[in-house]
Order: sequence, then C-alpha cells, then structure tokens
Amino acid sequence: MSDLPLRAQMAVALGRTAAKMSRLAGRGDGSVIGGRIGLKLDPELLARLAKDRKLVLVSATNGKTTTTRLITAAMTPLGEIATNAFGANMPTGHVSALAAALDAEYGVLECDEKYVPMVLKQTEASVVALMNLSRDQMDRAAEIWLLAGKWRKALEAAPNTHVIANCDDPLVTWGASSAKSVTWVAAGQHWREDSWSCPECGGPLDREGTNWECRECSFARPKPAWILHGERVTAPGGRTYELTGLQLPGRANRSNAAIALAVASYFGVEPETALPLMTQVKSVAGRYTTVEHQDRTIRLLLAKNPAGWLEAFDVLQPAPGPVALSINAQVPDGRDTSWLWDVDYRILRGRPVWATGERRLDLAARLEAAEVDFTVVDDIDQAVMAVPPGHLDVIANYTAFQHIRTRYGRVV
Amino acid sequence: MSSDSIKIVWVYPDLLSTYGDQGNCIVLERRARLRGISTRTVHVRSDENVPVDGDIYLLGGGEDRPQILAARRLRNDGGLHRAREFGAVIFAVCAGYQLLGTEFGGEEGQPVEGLGLLDIRSGRGEKRAVGEIVGDVDPALNVPRITGFENHQGVTHLGPGVKPLATVVHGVGNGDGTEGAYADHVMGTYMHGPALVRNPGLADLLLRWALKRDELPPLPESWSERLREERLNAVLS
Repeated sequence: MSDLPLRAQMAVALGRTAAKMSRLAGRGDGSVIGGRIGLKLDPELLARLAKDRKLVLVSATNGKTTTTRLITAAMTPLGEIATNAFGANMPTGHVSALAAALDAEYGVLECDEKYVPMVLKQTEASVVALMNLSRDQMDRAAEIWLLAGKWRKALEAAPNTHVIANCDDPLVTWGASSAKSVTWVAAGQHWREDSWSCPECGGPLDREGTNWECRECSFARPKPAWILHGERVTAPGGRTYELTGLQLPGRANRSNAAIALAVASYFGVEPETALPLMTQVKSVAGRYTTVEHQDRTIRLLLAKNPAGWLEAFDVLQPAPGPVALSINAQVPDGRDTSWLWDVDYRILRGRPVWATGERRLDLAARLEAAEVDFTVVDDIDQAVMAVPPGHLDVIANYTAFQHIRTRYGRVV
Repeated sequence: MSSDSIKIVWVYPDLLSTYGDQGNCIVLERRARLRGISTRTVHVRSDENVPVDGDIYLLGGGEDRPQILAARRLRNDGGLHRAREFGAVIFAVCAGYQLLGTEFGGEEGQPVEGLGLLDIRSGRGEKRAVGEIVGDVDPALNVPRITGFENHQGVTHLGPGVKPLATVVHGVGNGDGTEGAYADHVMGTYMHGPALVRNPGLADLLLRWALKRDELPPLPESWSERLREERLNAVLS
C-alpha cells in the first residue's frame, strides 16, 4: 500500500496518531476518531485504502460483528486480514481498519446496513455477505423494505462483486437477487414477523417447510448451495460438517457460521480448514463473555431488537436458571422502547427474573402484561447479589450491555 | 355481543405491524380479563377477509408501501366499513391512522386514496417528527393526558366530521397543534405502536365503548401507571 498518494499517506498517519491518543485517553479503541480525521484530510481515503485488496463486506440486522469475526478467523490461512473487529461499522471504522493493516491483501469489514451501498461503491468489495433483515430501532434505523431496495440497486451496479446471502430470509433474498453472481446459503430464519409479504409485489408469501414462495408473482426461495440443518452444514457437493465444536452458542451462531464457511470457501479456504479456526472463537466484543464476580458466573448476552431477543432466549440456561434483563433507550439503543412489545417474554415464566436499566419501568410494564414474575432493581449489582452463587444470564440492549461490561472489568 | 365478552380484531399484522403494535391487543385483553370480561382476539392477515362481527378493530403502523397495499385491500374487502356501520370501535395508530382518512401521502408523497372512515386528509410534511408526544385529551372523552412516542413525516388536516383527540403539549402530532382525531367510536393517533400501554385511560375508553358501558370497575395500580408517570415527568420537566 506504499503507493498511496502523499496526501493519503498523511491522512493515514494522522488518523493513526489520533486513534492512539484516543486509546491513551481511555476513550475506546480510537477507530472512529482516527477514521474521521483521515477522511477529513482525504475524502477519497476509503477508496484508496481499499484499492487492489480483496474485501468482504458483512451486513445484516443481527450477527454482523460475530460473523465478521468468524470469517476473519476462517481466513487466517490467507495471511494478514484487515478487519474492524470492534463493531465500528461505518466508513470511519473501515478507514481505520484498513489503515491499521496497510499490507493486508484481504479485509473483512462489518458494515452498517444503511452504508452498504456507499461502502460497496467506494471499496468495490469482492464479496458482500448478507444474513438477515428485521425490524430494528426505527427512530434511528431505516425501514427495512427501503433498505433492501437500496441493496438491490447497489448490487446491480456492482457486477464484479459476488454475493453470499441467506435465502431463508425473503427480504435478504430480494435485496441480494439483483447481483450478477450469488451463492445462496440456507442459513435459517427464526424471526418471521417481517416476512409475511412478498418484497417484490406485496402478495402473500406461502411457506412450506423451509421453502417459501409468493402466491401472486414468481418470486420464490432460490435453491441453496450451502444448507444449515440443525447442527450440521452441507457444502456444495454434498459433504456435511458438524458445527458442534463451535464455542459460540445457539442457532443464530450456527447460522452465522454457515455464512462464514461459504465466504471462506469462496476464497479457497475449505471447511476442513476453516471450521477448526472458527471453533476457537469464544466471545466477540464482549458478547457471550462470562465474568466471575462474587462467586457468580455472569454471562452477557446482547439483544437489540425482537429478532435478537429470540436468539438470546435460545441460548439461556434452562429454567429455572435466573435471568437479569437491562434496557436503556439512549441514542444507540433507539429512544423508543415500543419494540419490547414485539418480544414474547412469556418464555421467561417459571424463572427468577430481574429487570433493570434506565428504562426498567418499560420492561416492568411489559413483563407484567406477559404475566412473568419479576423484581425491579436499580442496577445490575442488585440483581447479581440477589441470585444465589452460580450462573446468571444477563440480556441487555446496546448501551446497557456496554455499561455492564465496563462494570465487570471489560473482559473480552 | 354479550356484555361480558369482547372480540378484538387485529387488522393486517402482516402489513401494519412495525413498532410493537401488538401491545394494544395485549393491553385491551389484559384490562378486560382483570375485570372478568373474556376476550377473543383474531389476527386477520391481508389475504383473509376482515370479519364484520368484531367489537374492537386495531390497526398498526407500517412503511409507505405496506400502508398503500393495506388501504387497497381494506377498500376491496369492505369488512372494516361494514363493521363500522354495525357500530364497532376502531383504534388506529400512525400509518393506520392516516389510512382511515380520505387521503394520505405515498412513497413519493403522491396522494393515495384512504378508507374514508375518518374525515381527515394526510400528506407528507417537511420534517420527520421523532420523539415523545404528550397531549391533553378532548374533555368530552374524560381521559387523562396522553403520553406516547411518535415517528412519522405526516401532516394531517382535520375535516369538520371529526374532532381532535388531543391538544399537543409536547411533540408534533397532526402538525397544527392538535393530535389524533376521532368521530363516534373511530379513533386514530400519531402515538405509534403500543399507544395504550402508557394510557390505560384510553384503553378503558375503548373497552367502555365496546361494552356500551359508562363505567368500568377500577383496577389496582399497575407498572403501566408508574411508567406513565415517569415518562410524563421525563418529558415535561
């Protein structure tokens, strides 16, 4: 990358210095501020840094950070990989990630759903991996039908980009199907409340088993090349691989792993090699981390939207294992807590449940209506001390999660 | 309709459900059940006929495209109109509120024909209204101040056939200082999603209308009231 123009080289160097100062000042990993300064000095910096590299963009409503991490792990045999491992998933974060690994031929970049068109255009990424789309915090996120439409346009305009997409999600399929070449992965879909209507014509979608098709137009589930079934993945050609060795729990992570296997295979790293590397991933930016505190083993689960809660419930310790829930409504969380009413909390009946976070009263009203027994506490410590020594699962949304993570020592 | 049973119809959850709209069903069911009134809720998808024998019809929010589809299918179906003639209660939020009117704005702001169940006309405003909304309800309805969250870019003009639901204390609402609208037992509001959660008084009004009763037995204080109080304090202090 030493052939960067002088201005771009300066932009990279100054961005790195800023990032380092930010880290020294204890203000996060510095990738946002570093990238911001770099882009200010050279607005073309992202395109320049991406040039001549093989990049993967990873996007979805849920599982972006984890899948990015799994793909990066799987691709380690290819050499150094540039990646924004800490979830800074907008262009500033991409600039920092690429600037931090100037000699890396490959890059795996988590990308915010809204930024996919812009980042794809600038980076001309080799691969775009798309997993799922579902309702998110709508005061800050875009409406998902519009979003999928923008993916369509962007992919249509990028004929050299290969797409690897989850064909069990009709909206993702629609968003991806304008691409010139696509590898379809049957990676599963558990949250279906956002895919009752055909994204193409608005007609009703009929489902039978894993198949889905529109009753009124020709839009239907494409034939998958990779298939996730339970704890196994079948690769093109029919060989089957067990995912039981994954340390990341739950069906959502098996889904992420199926996508990661397909991406790695596209670059020539076959599952025999990729899977053992992926099984080494234990926690991702604090997600699924366990921390020990006062004889309690606290496991942290992040859930930001209804589909995410469904997946968090999937990995809970069996009842009557205790659960603490923490909800905030700061800007990164969405200021609106309406989405709590799309989560079916009845599954928590029969366990001790603690409700906390800045919006614990919203949570309390929701749990009360779901007829779940719960105790409202002012902070997570009270919940931790109230459970007997042993395991405690904590599910929290974004800033609540970060708060708890910091509270217990930011162990990753 | 027997006096101690209510049929709730959730209209088109496949098109009009984006913000926890289901909460309104849950709240009505719960507040009825706690008073010994049984409820039956049917979810009617947009490829099914809207039953005409419901007591309360709920319409949720939605993106532009589903809103247009919902309006077209509800017009063709006619079930909601007939239920209205039979005196059913209709409560609609956000996109559902707009489509009850004679006209609303489509994806490009183009006028789209609504259901004409409320004498209102909506178009697209300059700026998106996102945030908490508080309003003082028309005294004729005898319901305490409403609190909710709005997220829309609509501007709604009220015709002579409706009255505003509330006067805006905080937030945007219809865009002219009023919020929502009602006529007889048809009501719409820009408070989106689970609007009834923080407004148990409004939920009880709908139940009273459906049961044709002037009063309902009071319920013990719930977390919803504490939430309501906290939100009102947070917004108005």
